[in-house]
Amino acid sequence: MSTAAGQGTAAGQGTAAGREIEFRDAVREAMCEEMRRDKRVMLIGEEVAQYNGAYKVSKGMLEEFGARRVIDTPISESGFAGMAIGAAMMGLRPIVEFMSWSFSLVAADPILNNAPKMLYMSGGQFGCPIVFRGNDGAGGQLGSTHSWSIEGLFSNVPGMKMVIPSNPYDAKGLMKTAIRDDDPVFFLESERVLSMKGEVPEGEYLIPFGQARIARAGSDCTIVAFGRMVHLALDAAAELEKQGIFCEILDMRTIRPLDAGAIVRSVKRTGACVVVDQSWSFGSPGSEVAALVHRECFDDLDNYVHRVHSADVPAPYAQQLEQQYLPNARRICEAVRSCLYRA
Amino acid sequence: MPIKSILKLEIERVSILDEHGNYDEKLGAGLIPDADLVKLYEAMSSCRYLDEVAFKLQRSGRMGTYPQNMGQEATSLGAAYVLNKDDWMVTCYRENCGLFWRGVPMESILLHWMGDERGNAMPRPHFATPIAVPIGTQMLHAAGLAWASKYRGEKQIACTFFGDGATSEGDFHEAANFAANLDLPVVFCCQNNFWAISVPGKIQCSAPTVAQRGIAYGMPCIQVDGNDIFACVYAVKAAAHRARTESRPTFIEMVTYRLGDHTTADDARRYRDQAEVDVWKLRDPLLRTRKFLERQKCWDSSKEEVMMKRIEIEVNAAVTRAEEIAAPPITDAFNYTFAELPADLAQQRDSMQTHSLASEATVTSTAASPGAGGH
Repeated sequence: MSTAAGQGTAAGQGTAAGREIEFRDAVREAMCEEMRRDKRVMLIGEEVAQYNGAYKVSKGMLEEFGARRVIDTPISESGFAGMAIGAAMMGLRPIVEFMSWSFSLVAADPILNNAPKMLYMSGGQFGCPIVFRGNDGAGGQLGSTHSWSIEGLFSNVPGMKMVIPSNPYDAKGLMKTAIRDDDPVFFLESERVLSMKGEVPEGEYLIPFGQARIARAGSDCTIVAFGRMVHLALDAAAELEKQGIFCEILDMRTIRPLDAGAIVRSVKRTGACVVVDQSWSFGSPGSEVAALVHRECFDDLDNYVHRVHSADVPAPYAQQLEQQYLPNARRICEAVRSCLYRA
Repeated sequence: MPIKSILKLEIERVSILDEHGNYDEKLGAGLIPDADLVKLYEAMSSCRYLDEVAFKLQRSGRMGTYPQNMGQEATSLGAAYVLNKDDWMVTCYRENCGLFWRGVPMESILLHWMGDERGNAMPRPHFATPIAVPIGTQMLHAAGLAWASKYRGEKQIACTFFGDGATSEGDFHEAANFAANLDLPVVFCCQNNFWAISVPGKIQCSAPTVAQRGIAYGMPCIQVDGNDIFACVYAVKAAAHRARTESRPTFIEMVTYRLGDHTTADDARRYRDQAEVDVWKLRDPLLRTRKFLERQKCWDSSKEEVMMKRIEIEVNAAVTRAEEIAAPPITDAFNYTFAELPADLAQQRDSMQTHSLASEATVTSTAASPGAGGH
């Protein structure tokens, strides 16, 4: 069987700069580097300037770039999302911060109905190179309305890209790619990982979209995860290793595009697949991965794809209930054992 | 302590050429030279004729759902007459007259309503955005365009059009608030045509004017007779000047009337009185402009006849050009979904092409009956 490797490093990316910074700092560093190199890039959102952002992601940016490029807005998500589209039509490349992706629901028309369709509906004339970014996912005891994992709902829409980094290194490299991308990019930052530290080189590097990272190598079961779920999967894999089960964890990095090749290659080796997705199960990235694996690896599978999602109920407010509602390491372990007939 | 009044507001209304032919010499002075007015009248007549043709095309299955512009020609035309060539014209779907004045080809608009996205790719030098059919989204795009223009230090302003119904949408309020807060060079032109499909204006707005909605956001507001080309030009000229020199927005309520149905998908006779329509027919912008030109000795029935013959030829030629354009291939939908086509989408595109070649007969027969549904 496999010798469980430690945390694999990014596919071919440089590492070991030695410097450790938080996830939020990595996102900011990417934005600042891009704003220095491209005058068309600006940041707009609620409290992003004076207050440094509700989650301090934009700390110090007003000071460096001024109020012309780091813009505080009224509480008006549809307003600034729609304006960003107009600005993009005139050649700018705005970064739009939603304090929470939960609040982007009132901006559904611009972000789902305009931005991803503008290129097509203008006969190829107007693209929308906008990065919509913000905090996503439950876990902070914020109650049902503020705890959306919007990836399930929004990844259904053609014409946009969706990025869900799990660590500071990826956050920087993916944000830089997002800002340079010519399509609308939805960039999801889990509030639970914003303070997480990791090695991030000071120099410039970009991580291409659609390239998964092997977060842990293993031979018994493939665990497909993204964002914060990667860390839960790593916890589960460490626990399972004690029982002699070696999991391979794929950190997808981007949901759209999805690195189907990486999933298929891994599952063909392990013959088993568990997908961990914090959004609701019906019509989700998790169901898409399951459909893909069943189609492409049908003859390689020893069991159907097992899925770990949040429970199909509104996110509970009570702390204990919320923890039970979300995927966790215990449920991932159970899914892997069940998938391997070792329950 | 006595209660004091701290704010009194008023809305000015501008009318220069009314439906009875009364003309305000002072306000109208130097606004539109007679020679230009002739061209504007011809533009309105041409747009009106296109409306009639488009209606028939829809009824005979040669065009999809079409919104007639009839009765509202002066509003967008007045703005287009004033705006610079590189100002943005951010429209919804009843501004044909203004778009044609700026040189957008008639066949682009026809092609669009025939169900071809390529009709929306207005040639770039016209600075027109795609026709926005969802209600209100374009007002935010206008604010964004103006914002970008200001950011880049350019002189372009944005002029956006929407109906009275759209001022009930949050997008209007957010766009107005942003434009005023960020001092953006936007001209908001509300075409108050009294009907949002079948819903009367009273249900949209309980205030006596729509114009006063702009006051709440701290921008200058004005109401004009929207069937009066002079009044429309007057108001947009002042607003455009303000936008260009002070980088400030203006809200203009253009009171007009939709003489036709909302689109070819509804029948206005079912929800409004003919008596009301008859009153507004007398206020038709074409009628009063023509009478004025006749009084100025710039127009007569023989000129009218010559013009109508020319328009007929031009419009019919545009219809022919639009109909001659081959239907877009399914590959367009794929090619224009992302800036660069992802591999999985390329695969879907290629499999669909193979599929549609195999069942070409079926595809052709379904394409022959454009949908009659509204939105």
